[in-house]
Amino acid sequence: MTILALDWALMIEKLIMIAIIVLASLGIALYTTFAERKVAAILQDRPGPSRAGPFGLLQPLADGLKLIMKEEIIPNAANKWLFILGPGLAMTASLMTCAVIPWGSAIDVFGRHIELQIADVNIGILYVFAVVSMGVYGIMIGGWASNNKFSLMSALRAASQAISYELAMGLALIALLMTTGSLSLKTIVEQQVSGNWWNIVYQPLGFLIFFITAMAECNRTPFDLPEAENELNFGYHQEYSSMKLGFYLFAEYINMIMSSAIMASMYFGGYDLPFFNEASVSPNIAAMIGVGTLLIKIVLFIFLFMWIRWTIPRFRYDQLMGLGWKTLIPLALFNMLVTGAVILANQ
Amino acid sequence: MSTLEILFFALSAFAIVSAIMVLVSKNPIHSVLWLILVFFAISGHYILLNAQFLAIVNIIVYAGAIMVLFLFVIMLMNVKSDNEPQKKLLTKFVGVLSGGSLLILLIALVKQTAQLQGKQVLMKEGTIGLIHPLGKALFNDYVLPFEISSVLFLSAMVGAVIIGKK
Repeated sequence: MTILALDWALMIEKLIMIAIIVLASLGIALYTTFAERKVAAILQDRPGPSRAGPFGLLQPLADGLKLIMKEEIIPNAANKWLFILGPGLAMTASLMTCAVIPWGSAIDVFGRHIELQIADVNIGILYVFAVVSMGVYGIMIGGWASNNKFSLMSALRAASQAISYELAMGLALIALLMTTGSLSLKTIVEQQVSGNWWNIVYQPLGFLIFFITAMAECNRTPFDLPEAENELNFGYHQEYSSMKLGFYLFAEYINMIMSSAIMASMYFGGYDLPFFNEASVSPNIAAMIGVGTLLIKIVLFIFLFMWIRWTIPRFRYDQLMGLGWKTLIPLALFNMLVTGAVILANQ
Repeated sequence: MSTLEILFFALSAFAIVSAIMVLVSKNPIHSVLWLILVFFAISGHYILLNAQFLAIVNIIVYAGAIMVLFLFVIMLMNVKSDNEPQKKLLTKFVGVLSGGSLLILLIALVKQTAQLQGKQVLMKEGTIGLIHPLGKALFNDYVLPFEISSVLFLSAMVGAVIIGKK
């Protein structure tokens, strides 16, 4: 049988890794919702959720249970298939990003050398970019299939916002790629691990642009115009109930985790722990320390996202478009020109 | 059959079925969504040919950007099959005629490829679809066409801005 001429051990290894990463992302996302409410509470000087379990630690489980037990409602006038497809697409697109993120260096278990990355494709960053551009379909299809004019307006807003900010994001990325010379996230992280400075030193402006656009792509306040509840009721997921609503809300948090992981990998050294010699401990322990370091960086980024959300009010729609097209894109182009000139001067 | 061949035939069937669904769907939104699936199938073919860069750019540009705009316009105009005006007989006739001529043209093209009959596509080989060889080829051998097409894009952008300002 030549059909089965596959490396089954590799397949099983990758499947296990995918399962672990997806489950871990879902678990972290669950507790990110809790963290969001606690951070909001601290910033607003109130206790926050504190009833379920010690310090309210069981609150996310209670929320999840509530979402699952709620009645499933599909509006009569909705397009049934697309109405169900929408949240699924949003969730899939946000989880697919994790495939190219290097979560750590390699470990050796059971005599196998396992890279802690699902796929090291040589176009890693472009893959992320493609998945991000797919993410908008979940919102658009869901908003349109609901057959509600508020949902539709919100979906159109979300789409135009995503397209506008993708441009600036791509231009900021090009400047980074000019300095690294590689599209593979693994290579970019390894360059930073092996003694060089982190990329943030070379690309501070590029990072700032990337961070702002990432916030816009995740639909986080101040860029949450698609669900501006005082103009559009509840935005594109207004007609959704039960776990389909849960999927939309969850996808936002997973997007936040993935974009934090990508920013940490591209600009902040990924799994690199500064001032620490990885060769001084055994490779497995070094890899675990690396995974822990990346997770800490991700948590810090998520905290930054929340801090901004509960500090800055929402933009008006024309301000949002003005910021994207008239400020971020020229700045990104300028950054690209300067980067190119410096690289040329150093040659 | 090797794994590659199975993948090839599965992707081809997927592409053809999706393309037929684009044509037969009554709802324009469904047509757009099927067209996105066609682009995904074509990207899969690119990956089989070891052209990962082309595959991902195909998804970013066509499936990601252009189809979002299509969807956008159709949603805004709220096109539905039942409130669409019935076409006149003459329009239908002209449509069949032009579509048929295109079909004849394509058949002629396929007939010209007789020397390729019985040969197999080299899958998983070649590097021209990867980013470094493609960049080198574009900026060494094809600089002039590349730059001219970028000027074309620029003029299209300026045109769009002018139309938008009116």
